[in-house]
Amino acid sequence: MNAPVLPASPLPASLIENPRLDRWIKFQPDRTVRIATGKVEMGQGIVTAIGQIAAEELDVPLDRVAVLSGDTTHGPDELYTTSSLSVDVSGGSVRLVCAEVRAKALDRAALRLNCSRDELTVVDGCFLQNGAATGQDYWTVAAEIDLTQNVTGTTPPKPVASYKVVGQSIPRVDLPAKMSGAAFVHDVLPADVLHARTLRQPNRGATLVSLDEAAIRRAAKGELQIVREANFVAFVSPVESVAQAAAVAAPRHATWNNVRHLVPEQQEAAWLKGQPSDDRHIGAPPPVSPPKNLVQATFSRPYIAHASMAPSCALAEFRGGHLTVRSHGQGMHPLRQNLAGALGLPIDAITCQHLHGAGCYGHNGADDAALDAALIALRIPGKCIRLQWRREEEFGFEPVGPAMLVTLHVDLDAKGRPADWTTEIWSPTHVQRPGSGTGFLLASEAMATPPPEVAPFDPTEQRGGGGTRNALPIYDVPAHRIVHHLVMRPPVRTSALRGLGALPNVYAIESLIDDLAARVGEDPVAYRLSILSEARARRLVELVAERAGWTSRGAAGTGKGLGIGFARYKNRAAYAAVIAAVTVQETVKVDRIWCVADAGLVVNPDGARNQLEGGIVQAVSWTLKEQVRLDDQGIASRDWESYPILRFSEIPDMQVEFVEAAGNPALGVGECTVGPTAAAIGNAVNHALGVRIHDMPLTRERIMAALLKA
Amino acid sequence: MDVAFTVNGEARRVDAAETTSLLEALRNHLGLMGTRYGCGLEQCGCCMVLVDDQPAYACTRELGTVAGRKVTTVEGLGTEAGPHPLQQAFLDEQAGQCGYCLSGILISAKALLDRNPDPSRADIVAALDKHLCRCGAHQRILRAVERAAVTLRNGRPA
Repeated sequence: MNAPVLPASPLPASLIENPRLDRWIKFQPDRTVRIATGKVEMGQGIVTAIGQIAAEELDVPLDRVAVLSGDTTHGPDELYTTSSLSVDVSGGSVRLVCAEVRAKALDRAALRLNCSRDELTVVDGCFLQNGAATGQDYWTVAAEIDLTQNVTGTTPPKPVASYKVVGQSIPRVDLPAKMSGAAFVHDVLPADVLHARTLRQPNRGATLVSLDEAAIRRAAKGELQIVREANFVAFVSPVESVAQAAAVAAPRHATWNNVRHLVPEQQEAAWLKGQPSDDRHIGAPPPVSPPKNLVQATFSRPYIAHASMAPSCALAEFRGGHLTVRSHGQGMHPLRQNLAGALGLPIDAITCQHLHGAGCYGHNGADDAALDAALIALRIPGKCIRLQWRREEEFGFEPVGPAMLVTLHVDLDAKGRPADWTTEIWSPTHVQRPGSGTGFLLASEAMATPPPEVAPFDPTEQRGGGGTRNALPIYDVPAHRIVHHLVMRPPVRTSALRGLGALPNVYAIESLIDDLAARVGEDPVAYRLSILSEARARRLVELVAERAGWTSRGAAGTGKGLGIGFARYKNRAAYAAVIAAVTVQETVKVDRIWCVADAGLVVNPDGARNQLEGGIVQAVSWTLKEQVRLDDQGIASRDWESYPILRFSEIPDMQVEFVEAAGNPALGVGECTVGPTAAAIGNAVNHALGVRIHDMPLTRERIMAALLKA
Repeated sequence: MDVAFTVNGEARRVDAAETTSLLEALRNHLGLMGTRYGCGLEQCGCCMVLVDDQPAYACTRELGTVAGRKVTTVEGLGTEAGPHPLQQAFLDEQAGQCGYCLSGILISAKALLDRNPDPSRADIVAALDKHLCRCGAHQRILRAVERAAVTLRNGRPA
């Protein structure tokens, strides 16, 4: 009957770390069931999807499921909400927990009713005996279910074929509030709120020599407290514009020593080559025989910004020796741990709660703002501190997505197919999340005794790698390897941004694949299929070509182009095949995108399509427009004019779809389109111009230069 | 300084300096949180409101300049329980991800449909091009505005 249909596997990591059932589920007196997750909503719809999984497994109506997300008091520790893992890991955990609790509840009901469990079914949370009402439901037996027990993972979840809620495009539960009023951490304004802004230390090691507080107070024009702790300065006022005015004026009235100076070359990916690096060799041993037909090409992507629509914000209150922080960071348990470390407080003295923020797409200023707020709260106890970064602060001080330089060394066989493949990468680290990476909450570097610097490292290959993410081609290549130069001292703080190294690596690989096809005079789709044996992968490449009418693709060099890009995210999450149609007239206009993806079981198809579309738009923006600019002092692109992103008038028509693959486990979708989209655009531009542009973004200057060189 | 103006059809007074931004007056004095801070530079559109039915950036608009005028925020369109056809269309299309940009976009869309009940796709793009959306929900947003236009033309109350 209840035969397990998802492949047997060990417990998800989240259940191993948080085995007690009551960390996940609680039946509440108002006839709702609270499902807790450590993953947080960032606009990706995870709260809705988790609710669907719980409603499905418990057989309760969706409106009786209340999802509690990112709560250190009541919820599980699931680290950060990253890497397209939430549906797989947190959703998988909730599914097993709910299946087990459902079975326990039915056991209790059977005892009460003196019947066999097989006679019982669950409809809308009520237990029926041979189809008739019994007066028993989850809530009548809840007190008799011991949720302090650990999950065993032995109760088989429902068969996928029986799903009624999972697989449906349920509207997002959080969107209505966001379209009609208060909805974000930014919108919480208790009566005793104090508004705060900071003066940022220009760089680690810089020391504040003098601060003309009188001048700042004159500029602020209102009641103002100035909080100083070593090289951390904050301006606090009951009136938000007073705190803001103080912070805007402050840099002119502050003198710093040990300010670092940058040179313009450092903003380009090319600068990375030759810098001190930690070098690793991953995969096949170096080739023994000299190459017969070696092809080499180098591609690059500059530093890019998360560029969240909202500056980071946090609320902190220190009352009775207990610190409560509300934040839109991606992981509340790690934040709590990091705050304890930075503030020297016992972890039990800190509570962190997630509130929604604007989309962040990775590690932006959210966690740093939380420490800023906490530092102020400790100095001004008994008040609610609302700390918000300024727009220029968000652009100027958030960690950025690392620049990358990728050189491919590919030896071809007699048929022009890759026989030996090396991807050589130069990149700063992709993860400086405090705790799981090497970084610190920003303000801790401004303290009198900053935490000692730690040599950077990247996520391991088991976690999908950082700079090496998607560095190996999905194609059939007899031998492949990665040479990874982790650049130790980049000019700016770098950390996780949607997809990590996947975008530059897939751009490089898929560009070269097109060039290799051209060398043997073959069609790019046919060439790919000739070296792609995995059935799921072939199906997508064939299907996207069909959707886009690939066979009628015209000649190269007309100014109009069609290009393909394909990858499986992390070589183990969702597959996405993308075709882009472009028009190139000095600048690149992406006219249309076709995307076909395979994500296995899709919990919420429309929500998942929304993620595919969002990834595509963001990748178009990165590929065509985006680069963080540096000046002597640091990041110079500090507003939307110096850091333009894609606008409504530049959005391509999009056609995205999932192939039916519900028999396979759910694969994360949030990041799978970014690499293939960038690659498809690069190949389409190549088709339009007959010229390959190796360096992103594909700006007017780069196109002109490429045309002149051709 | 006491500034009197109409907000979402109600007479309101705000006791603040005339140079206070309309955004701060709406959020911090009147508790209307749907109008959002994004950049303070008229570059992103998160703070868009209507002043006498014309879209205006609340982040740079001084409170003193709206004295005696009529201001409409996203709260003035409709509520969760009783959404405006534009809000309903955005929900029907699931036109959003994080949602931070949406209230400003809804306001510009309202201004567009008020002056042009049957806009072309190009008209909608032109009206919304001053708005940024980082999540990439643009295509859904355009479809939602088209859907709302149809609903409103078919005579549902605005």
